Amino acid sequence: MHQVYGIVVGPLAWVAFAVFVLGSIWKVAAMYRSAKTKDGQVLAYWNLKYALRSILHWSVPFWPVNSRRHPVMTVVTFTFHICLLLVPIFLLAHVVLWDYHHGIRFWSLPEGVADVMTVLVILACLFFAGRRIFLPQVRYVTSVLDWVVLLIVFLPFLTGFLAYHQVGPYKVMIVLHILFGEIMLAAIPFTRLSHMFLTPFSRGYIGSEFGGVRQARDW
Amino acid sequence: MEAKADQSEEQRQMDPGIRKGLERLTPEKIESVIDRVFRAETGARLKAYEDICVRCGLCAEGCHYYLSHDGDPTYAPVAKVKQTLWKLLKKRGRITPEELERVALVAYTECNLCRRCAMYCPIGIDTAYIISVVRRLCHLLGITPQYIQDTAHSHSVTMNQMWVKEDEWIDSLLWQEEEAREEIPTLRIPLDKEGADIMYSVIAPEPKFQPQLIYLAAVIMNECGMDWTMPSMPGWDNSDMAMFTGDVELMGRLKRSHFERAQKLRVKRIVMGECGHAFRAVYDVGNRWLGWRDFPVEVVHAIDFYWQMLQEGRLKVKQKFERPVTLHDPCNIVRGRGLHEKARDIVRTFCSNFIEMHPNREHNYCCAAGGGVINCGPPYKKVRVEGNRVKADQLKDTGAEVVIAPCHNCHSGLKDVIEAHEVGMELSFFSEIIYECMEKPNAVEA
Repeated sequence: MHQVYGIVVGPLAWVAFAVFVLGSIWKVAAMYRSAKTKDGQVLAYWNLKYALRSILHWSVPFWPVNSRRHPVMTVVTFTFHICLLLVPIFLLAHVVLWDYHHGIRFWSLPEGVADVMTVLVILACLFFAGRRIFLPQVRYVTSVLDWVVLLIVFLPFLTGFLAYHQVGPYKVMIVLHILFGEIMLAAIPFTRLSHMFLTPFSRGYIGSEFGGVRQARDW
Repeated sequence: MEAKADQSEEQRQMDPGIRKGLERLTPEKIESVIDRVFRAETGARLKAYEDICVRCGLCAEGCHYYLSHDGDPTYAPVAKVKQTLWKLLKKRGRITPEELERVALVAYTECNLCRRCAMYCPIGIDTAYIISVVRRLCHLLGITPQYIQDTAHSHSVTMNQMWVKEDEWIDSLLWQEEEAREEIPTLRIPLDKEGADIMYSVIAPEPKFQPQLIYLAAVIMNECGMDWTMPSMPGWDNSDMAMFTGDVELMGRLKRSHFERAQKLRVKRIVMGECGHAFRAVYDVGNRWLGWRDFPVEVVHAIDFYWQMLQEGRLKVKQKFERPVTLHDPCNIVRGRGLHEKARDIVRTFCSNFIEMHPNREHNYCCAAGGGVINCGPPYKKVRVEGNRVKADQLKDTGAEVVIAPCHNCHSGLKDVIEAHEVGMELSFFSEIIYECMEKPNAVEA
């Protein structure tokens, strides 16, 4: 098990980060090239002011009309995304790893807070799963891939939570946790999770069209 | 779902455009068209939308079809993408004729390209764009509904949408001028006046069915003292059904002819009648195809024009319109061009009893006729009328007697909705109310 641990925190971690970083750069570059060669409108009508206006409005919960129509979803999705982003970066155990392996030190979340945030991510995943099962308009468009993506996000948090609380065999759990985390990282550029870094562009573009051309609000 | 299948059978019999088109297709042809559209004609947007849509279903309530069918999931915007684009991407040349027919029906008759759902998607996916791409594909496959294809044929042959012949067009203008001179003896509809300030353009259904609207426009132009003209030659029709069938090449020809007519007449700007889709074709879609970021000649929608006339004091109110009115915000000039506040300024100036409908402005429900849906003809009337119960309820809730719909498609669509759902309201264009209530200094006493 110790050897396996060595592999997942060593070479596999490098691979996961490399795939994530290079894959994301490649993806954005490919989109840019495609916009430039085949979809000239995107760049021609891109307008930073209106792009930011749109991003700002949609970054504030309950500002867009649709977010007011779905208050529970709004609270859950904002909580989910904030926790999903902050916990993996600022969790004490992760910060310690950065320090131990690379000598990079930075602030970490209080452990109790991080624990609650982890639980929130897990609950949010269950909420999203519930939507996929119980809401007809979501169920109708849900495919196997959507479940896989949800699982990819869910598992690192579940195993991380279990490992932290020493539920089940710790060593197995921690290896699984790291492995699932790496799978998630590597999957980002190649699955729907790429909305993580493409949304500013899609949001910004529709904001540019609505603001710059259509002179109307898009929220 | 049962009802949908029945309806489809009925439509199949009535629509040779799709039926005959399907008979001609081969898997190779389908494959090559899919390849052409997805590889050569589309890029970053379509790819990004396909990659990042997380299938959250939050767009559902953006659609009037979905709301009118009590949340039938197949009418959600994302569901329409699933039934069209995703299906095409997955099956490619192996798609069956039945499936392809469904693709065409969804794209042409169950989406108005009104872009309301774009305001409901948290990550900003433009479903109307996706459906436009699907229509482009259907056009290249030759499976366009017959009625709208006929209007495209008319565009192609005559450069207007309604097979209006040149002499009929000129005659209609002279006729309306003659009629209007009974009321205002000095009134003219100047034809082909070079160097005029304004070229006034209309959609072909005006001379065909509603020539009185040209009368009203002539009165407003004359009484405001404008230096204006109307072209006698092709380019007078600003409408564009080719934009909605997916025939972008023809759309480009039409827009070029419209702009070039204005340029040949050396006018300073084009003022357009109260039409939504034509405005979209000119300021937003056709200009892009021609490579204009904006447009070569300034284009002003009727609402904007009336508003300017009020600001300049050329248009004055004689007596206010007393009956309770409400205002329908057409997608192409409100969500598409932000003219909602100007429209309200005009309503408040001319009408003493204005009631807002809810939702309104950018969030107003679509008429379910636009995007070429009404032009797909009688076989699909039921689809758009039943698909807009929510509009009928919205209208009823205002308690108004008259609904102002400053767009031809909205006008005709709302007329059907009002009749079918027994709303009991009258429809009006702005020009009709303005004509009734404005000061006419040059008119002879009746």
